[in-house]
Amino acid sequence: MCLWEHAGCCKRKQFNQRRIRVPLPRFTTEVDCLSLVVEIGGMPVRVHTSDPGFLGILQDRYAGFVSHTANVEIDFEVEIAQPKVADPDADVEVNYHSGRWSLRRGDFQAEWEPAARRGWIRQTANPYSIDAVLRIVHTLVLARQGGFLLHSASAIRNGKAFLFAGVSEAGKTTISRLVPPDATLLTDEISYVRKQDSRYVAFGTPFTGELAKLGENVSAPISTLYLLAKGKENRIDPVGPGEAARSLLSNLLFFAKDEELVQTVFHSAFEFVKRVPVARLTFVPNERVWELIG
Amino acid sequence: MSKLYMARNPRAAARSLDGEMMIMSGRDSTLFTLNKTATILWQSADGATPLDEIVEKKICTEFEVEPNEALADAETLARELADHEILQISEAPIIRNAAGEKR
Repeated sequence: MCLWEHAGCCKRKQFNQRRIRVPLPRFTTEVDCLSLVVEIGGMPVRVHTSDPGFLGILQDRYAGFVSHTANVEIDFEVEIAQPKVADPDADVEVNYHSGRWSLRRGDFQAEWEPAARRGWIRQTANPYSIDAVLRIVHTLVLARQGGFLLHSASAIRNGKAFLFAGVSEAGKTTISRLVPPDATLLTDEISYVRKQDSRYVAFGTPFTGELAKLGENVSAPISTLYLLAKGKENRIDPVGPGEAARSLLSNLLFFAKDEELVQTVFHSAFEFVKRVPVARLTFVPNERVWELIG
Repeated sequence: MSKLYMARNPRAAARSLDGEMMIMSGRDSTLFTLNKTATILWQSADGATPLDEIVEKKICTEFEVEPNEALADAETLARELADHEILQISEAPIIRNAAGEKR
């Protein structure tokens, strides 16, 4: 049963509204409203669709992150639109107005009303558009809680999470590919950082990069943030707090044009570097680099 | 010569870390790291103290520099920071209401 009454998800066809006493064949037909809960970083988001094919796409895309909880943070209704010429690389626009976030890119349009905990997405039947919407929504929710999404790989070893940040070609994919059997890859591209009390915890994400391998849906307290650099030897060097903050800020994912929230994220980055050690990890691309980690 | 007053732009976010002052512009999220002189200007920008007084009491006492040269440099810097919407400048004292808005 769909939670929402308006058109798009549950199409209720009423063929006859006259009072009829004799039983007749069903005159009301309901199209099943299909849904799936995707839980990333401990935040369950339910996606409604009337398209079984799209549901299958979501089940494949978010395998390992599908939850069966009934209590969700947000309900999104997805309207599958016909393909048209659109540029998925167009800049994303995220704006807040009258209690609603508006999200728009060449390949999707979405709205989310935080107070009502619901929203809608209009897109074609592909996994990339909804992936972008989820990333953006998570950045907005995390921002209010002192957390963020970070352009970095991350992994858990010996019960501790390690983040490996860097721009493209810095080595995120390489270090992820070299993860040893006793470590668990959380992501090769976008790390999920949540503040819990006075510590920071990294969660696995399905947000993949070049490795195209979903992270494991597990979490651990963050031990160290490494700034990646490829070099001729494996070594760890200390990083000053100023450089740590600048590097963290330059790798944060945040899309909203909202001054208050941008300021909140700015201060969150400084809180993070005050509590989590940051170091530079220079490495030769082979598995021996992991001898330094954990 | 008219006085120049400066106030920190409430739309900018600022943090000092290990003596380094970093400021993010509210306009376009550009991050600035201020040098020592710029940090003094930022910290002294209360909207009420004129720039020449700040230069005389806080810059000329800290650096070996000619007062007129220091004031000219400080004014240039203040205008640059204002262009980035980090500082607000005015030829009259800048008074804010409780909400932080200029009056």
